[in-house]
Amino acid sequence: MVDSDRLDPRFTALPLDSLADAALARASALGASHADVRIERIRNGIRVLRDGRLETTTDGTDLGIGVRVIHEGAWGFAAGITLTTDAAAALADQAVAAAKVSRVLSDRPVVLAPEPVHVGDWVSSFRTNPFEVSESDRLGRLTELSDVVAKGDGVDHVTVMVEMVDESKFYADLAGSRTRQRRVRIHPSVEAVNVARGYSSMRSCNPPVARGWEYVADNDGWDFDAEVAQIPGWLAENVAAPSVTAGPTDLVIAPTNLWLTIHESVAHATELDRALGYEAAYAGTSFATIDKLGSLKYGTDIMNVTGDRVTDHGLASVGWDDECVAAQTFDIVRDGTLVGYQLNRQMAHEQGLGRSNGCAYADSPGHIPLQRMPNVSLHPAADDTSVDDLIGRVENGLFIEGDKSWSIDMQRYNFQFTGQRFWSIKDGAITGQVRDAAYQATTTEFWGSMEAVGGRGTYKLMGALNCGKGQPGQSAPVSHGAPAALFRGINVLNTEAEGGN
Amino acid sequence: MTEVTTWIDQALAAASSDECIIIVNDTTEANLRWAVNSLTTNGQMHHRTATVIAIRREADAAHAGMVSGPVAAASDLLALVEQAGAAAQDAPASDDASPLPDPIVDPDYETDADATSIEVFGPLAQALGRAFADAREKGHELFGFAEHHSTTVWLATSTGARRRTVQPMGRIELNAKHADRIGSAWVGAATVDFVDVDGDALYAEVSERLRWCETRIELPAGRYETILPPSAVADLMIYAYWTMNGRDAEEGRNVYAGKERGTTRVGETLSSLPLRVTSGPGAGGLPGSPFVVAPASEAGMQSVFDNGAPVAQVDWMSDGVLRQLVYPRSGARASGTDFAYPTQNLVVDAESATSMADMVAGTKRGLLLTTLWYIREVDTESLLVTGLTRDGVYLVEDGQVVGMVNNFRFNESPIDLLKRATEASTAVPNLCREWNDWFTYTVTPALRIPDFNMSTVSKAY
Repeated sequence: MVDSDRLDPRFTALPLDSLADAALARASALGASHADVRIERIRNGIRVLRDGRLETTTDGTDLGIGVRVIHEGAWGFAAGITLTTDAAAALADQAVAAAKVSRVLSDRPVVLAPEPVHVGDWVSSFRTNPFEVSESDRLGRLTELSDVVAKGDGVDHVTVMVEMVDESKFYADLAGSRTRQRRVRIHPSVEAVNVARGYSSMRSCNPPVARGWEYVADNDGWDFDAEVAQIPGWLAENVAAPSVTAGPTDLVIAPTNLWLTIHESVAHATELDRALGYEAAYAGTSFATIDKLGSLKYGTDIMNVTGDRVTDHGLASVGWDDECVAAQTFDIVRDGTLVGYQLNRQMAHEQGLGRSNGCAYADSPGHIPLQRMPNVSLHPAADDTSVDDLIGRVENGLFIEGDKSWSIDMQRYNFQFTGQRFWSIKDGAITGQVRDAAYQATTTEFWGSMEAVGGRGTYKLMGALNCGKGQPGQSAPVSHGAPAALFRGINVLNTEAEGGN
Repeated sequence: MTEVTTWIDQALAAASSDECIIIVNDTTEANLRWAVNSLTTNGQMHHRTATVIAIRREADAAHAGMVSGPVAAASDLLALVEQAGAAAQDAPASDDASPLPDPIVDPDYETDADATSIEVFGPLAQALGRAFADAREKGHELFGFAEHHSTTVWLATSTGARRRTVQPMGRIELNAKHADRIGSAWVGAATVDFVDVDGDALYAEVSERLRWCETRIELPAGRYETILPPSAVADLMIYAYWTMNGRDAEEGRNVYAGKERGTTRVGETLSSLPLRVTSGPGAGGLPGSPFVVAPASEAGMQSVFDNGAPVAQVDWMSDGVLRQLVYPRSGARASGTDFAYPTQNLVVDAESATSMADMVAGTKRGLLLTTLWYIREVDTESLLVTGLTRDGVYLVEDGQVVGMVNNFRFNESPIDLLKRATEASTAVPNLCREWNDWFTYTVTPALRIPDFNMSTVSKAY
């Protein structure tokens, strides 16, 4: 399929080239050594059904233009909403003025790692644009899922929601690169609540993905009908479950839970801007400092993690990043050792790391691109180890499915996660759910306790729509692939005991 | 007439739905960010977005369609009105339907947007230049962020409301670190206009706190007598405030639920301190919208049908007793209680004359925190949250700060902390840390907790 035909015609009808030409010509005339123009149109919609009734509707569009320059070695940025050539040129003036303010307080000139010139179009894989589905069809499917759960014994309340995004992005720079891209993504979720014994809940484990409405309507990529049918039973068992016994515990963690641990303890920790201190006052730094590149033992020898911007249906997949670096795949942890960071063009040059691996992203035309996460994934085993095989190796432990609460410190050491379902394992078999459990560990101890990973059959592509970073804050979508994996002797907390006095 | 209000009138005239609400937000913003004694990014942005809510009334039911988008010209707003009208045709009946509020016309409605620009940081940038030079000389590193927004909101309805408010947002965070990035100190402030931000004074304060980090002490996990400073109290109480959903409480879905379904804990004493928790326009001298601005309905929290309704100051707690939960007008009618809207400001006051310095001086042995970070809910029923201490845990002995301590992960419920707090300081304006992207204006006291639960040690600094 020719990607150009699948771009959003409302976006490509805008005078993209003439706006870019006006801004770039002005920036060049003012002496900018680099200038780039991004024009973006992002449509975002949310529907929330509570107990089968539509409670929240949003349907918003962001459309604007941002101009970024390097002028006398300093960054300047300006953004606006008026899409005329005069206004675009005026943004170049503003960006250069901002660079002049900035230069006085900057201690070294900005230089970008070289990148070939790219011209082209790219569109993510989707069949049905969720915004082109009729409202009655959309609400009809969400109501159907809600009704199945609501009919279950012991279900007091049901919340069904869906978030939909249609993102179009144009990029042009002084070097001659010029690209148009479109990405569609969607995140449905279903949660049941029981209030018979305090508050208990059970949510579907499906991830947000770069797919269209077919994900929700046709079970394309996730079997929603099968999962929601099981939610009432899982919830009822959770309500009646005994409280977990705290202490060091062997864990088999499903990809529906492990992805978030990878996200927090590996993906964030290997962002080079964090490692260098650029995020020190906000998102934080990293224990994985750059002097440890090539030597830090991150985990056991079976730990292999890559970053990529190419995985089909991956939320961070693109044709080119927001500095027009072509999408790539690169190693982050190989055989348990830290071997790579996520880069943008400025840091790649500064650290002498060669070409950028393409991790620049801005969440709107009004924000500057930051170094953001690619899809960061843990490799499965080459053999066909199953979840049951992993559980079979545990005498006394827990099997964890679904993410829930998460928190990690500013150097990405100490974390605490809960989950949707904690299953007790006795003598290699699941016996039933327990409740009130959280697991808490330090990153390298955790990955250093990973004894086995499951095969390709256990692997799932999970992810999040709303990873936060930067000041002003920006939100980014990202996917994480993971197999199931076995960890030995991880500290499990009883959250009821933690809250007691 | 202004350009925007002319567009609004044209759009309302073109609306074919039974009722129409138009909200226009015009925001200019500027920011500076710095790291390792050098400016890293800056920007100046302007955006103007509108939300149009079209309402179709049919017998007792109301069907609402909402659409938002950028507005650079009159035609953009007209297009949104048309799309919202079409959405209202497809929308099911709203659960939260109400008649629109009695229309109010603000005298300043026909006034242009207020604006800010990067020049607002002029004096601060000079102070930062001095601070960067001094820090370089001392071998310290400075990090931080300053941001100023000016948002003008126009809200107009087909029933005659013409409302306008200007909501400023300003914040600055300054973080100083030793070269090894173990010693780390933080100060932050909220401001309306940056006129009151003294960059030299903030640098002096953060430098003093960094000096406290020259002596380093390792302590294990456990329960410690702990002084939570105003910023940390603000982060915990904002979370408790965001959770004050009356409908959720009646359905047994939050910490404010009563023992019986359909009841709440309103009337229950939550703190032995005479705490008063208030929000609303002017509370504590803080900005806060004088009317409801709700671009979307959120179950139990806000309703699009309340747009433009006057917002009063609300005492959520007084004398340590829970008095009120959040209800949109429709929810308040259904539950036989008062309409109560949560504005973006919060005042927690125990009417104490004691300063935080007095509380430190009166401490035999305890911890003094700076900020809390990565706060996430662990248990809905108790509002148990986990999180980290950040940028300054100080050991106090015999009334003096004797050095810095490693960071901890905590597990605590803000509601339980209110019950256990034994002393409060005077409430002071501050900047919270975890939530300051969303919530800037708080006036809160420091609280003394005799047995704060530090669950594990965090090796992070």
